[in-house]
Amino acid sequence: MPEPDNTCALELIDISCTFRSRDDAGQRYTAVANTTLRIQAGEFVSVVGPTGCGKSTLLNIGAGLLEASSGEVKVFGTPLAGINTRAGYMFQTEALMPWRSAIANVMMGLQYRGVPDDEARRQAQAWLERVGLGEFGDRYPHQLSGGMRKRTALAQVLALDPDIILMDEPFSALDIQTRQLMENEVLDLWAAKKKAVLFITHDLDEAIAMSDRVVVLSAGPGTHPIGEFTIDLPRPRDVAEVRSQPRFVELHKQIWDVLRDEVLKGYAQQLKKAA
Amino acid sequence: MWRRLKPSERNLRAWQIGLLVFILIGWHLVSRDQKIAFFLGEPIKVAGRVWSWFMPFGFGPSGLFPDGLSGNADIYLHLGTTLLETVLAFGIGTALGLACGLWLALAPTASAILDPYIKAANSMPRVILAPIFSLWLGLGIWSKVALAVTLVFFIVFFNVYQGVKEVSPVVLANARMLGANQRQLLRTVYLPSATSWVFSSLHTSVGLAFVGAVVGEYLGSARGVGYLILQAEGTFDVNTVFAGIVVLTAFALVLDGIVGRVEKKLMKWQPRTGETEKL
Repeated sequence: MPEPDNTCALELIDISCTFRSRDDAGQRYTAVANTTLRIQAGEFVSVVGPTGCGKSTLLNIGAGLLEASSGEVKVFGTPLAGINTRAGYMFQTEALMPWRSAIANVMMGLQYRGVPDDEARRQAQAWLERVGLGEFGDRYPHQLSGGMRKRTALAQVLALDPDIILMDEPFSALDIQTRQLMENEVLDLWAAKKKAVLFITHDLDEAIAMSDRVVVLSAGPGTHPIGEFTIDLPRPRDVAEVRSQPRFVELHKQIWDVLRDEVLKGYAQQLKKAA
Repeated sequence: MWRRLKPSERNLRAWQIGLLVFILIGWHLVSRDQKIAFFLGEPIKVAGRVWSWFMPFGFGPSGLFPDGLSGNADIYLHLGTTLLETVLAFGIGTALGLACGLWLALAPTASAILDPYIKAANSMPRVILAPIFSLWLGLGIWSKVALAVTLVFFIVFFNVYQGVKEVSPVVLANARMLGANQRQLLRTVYLPSATSWVFSSLHTSVGLAFVGAVVGEYLGSARGVGYLILQAEGTFDVNTVFAGIVVLTAFALVLDGIVGRVEKKLMKWQPRTGETEKL
């Protein structure tokens, strides 16, 4: 169904999420508190924050994998119940099925939706080619390099043509060169289809280089947004080149000023937890 | 000289065979004494017994066999019975273990209720069920199959249970995000994940299926290799007992080899050392 451009693809409204300790019911940990986040259709939004601040929790709530303790999630204006079927999720860690070849992994979502095998295979092959793995369809995940596995995972998500793409630090395990290549490829694919993207990262450079908007989260517990920055760098961008632009440096300084204290706070808390 | 004889990767096979020959010769020399031969048997007579079991033709009297060697070819019925029991028990036990393991791993309430009973059934020495199975199912093959199934079932069951419990939560979440319903999750995530655990247990369980079948026969039957061994023992024919052991060992190795072959074919998605990054 066609949507007007100004609708919100994903709305997280006043979300709080409290975990109860499994061993001790009295112990609670509030990961996210009173967070509101709106992503327009076709908008690329990055969320940055110190490690362990509940970024992934927020993403899982948007995906419908996790239910918020309070608050509401809306997908294109409709309240979300269960899994968010209009979203694709790219995980931080390995999510491919090791017992399926690359092409079978990409086909999987289509098969779940009842697409006949021949058609699913044709589409999956096209997506593998688009991420540069056309000849590697019959390889098993363990026979692929880390970067190739990420590309396969990307093809797996994009093959379903989701309206919202959720990404949880998808490139954090890659080396810097592979990472910049992948970032550029994601930007190209995004520019072609203009999906709403919610991109979680702890890398501020990556966030600024890729996004329309960067949201800064506070350190946990009770994470909430403490700053929002519109990135007005011109597109198309090259993630490697854009870093040397004066505007990029300026934005980086502005956001880092907000983020720095939170990173220090988050680090201090981790030390306290470890002690 | 010593450098070439020293055990290394190249002459490993020669050393393995050498060890076997050494043991056989030692056995032969010791069994020259008739008193010892009564308990230990004689390797040449054991070999002769195996020959008469398998071969349809014999030889006249010779240096090795002063009484001649008959070719009866009469083990096939017994061996076939034992193997049939083994394969049936292996198949039924694995299927039941797989089904129950999947069910209990995915139904936490049922698993919580049944937990003490499963623990009890597993700790019970299940070989003592043999008389009960004989009583219920008679002296035919099914009492042996039932005994062997109880041995195989628990091995497979616990492995499948563990396998389902240890499915990577990320892979599971990914499949759900890709739109899998419960049945599709079972078929594309839980089952393949459990299968790798089942295969690691199949080597143990095929051996136990064999044990169950032979012990069942040994405790009461009309045919089977266990029955042959029991008969020989009754007449103090220790050579036939050893021949039976040799035949059982050989066929257990064959079954294990078949399982290994199938495993290699089905589990080719698993990384093997030295092959992790092919590019």
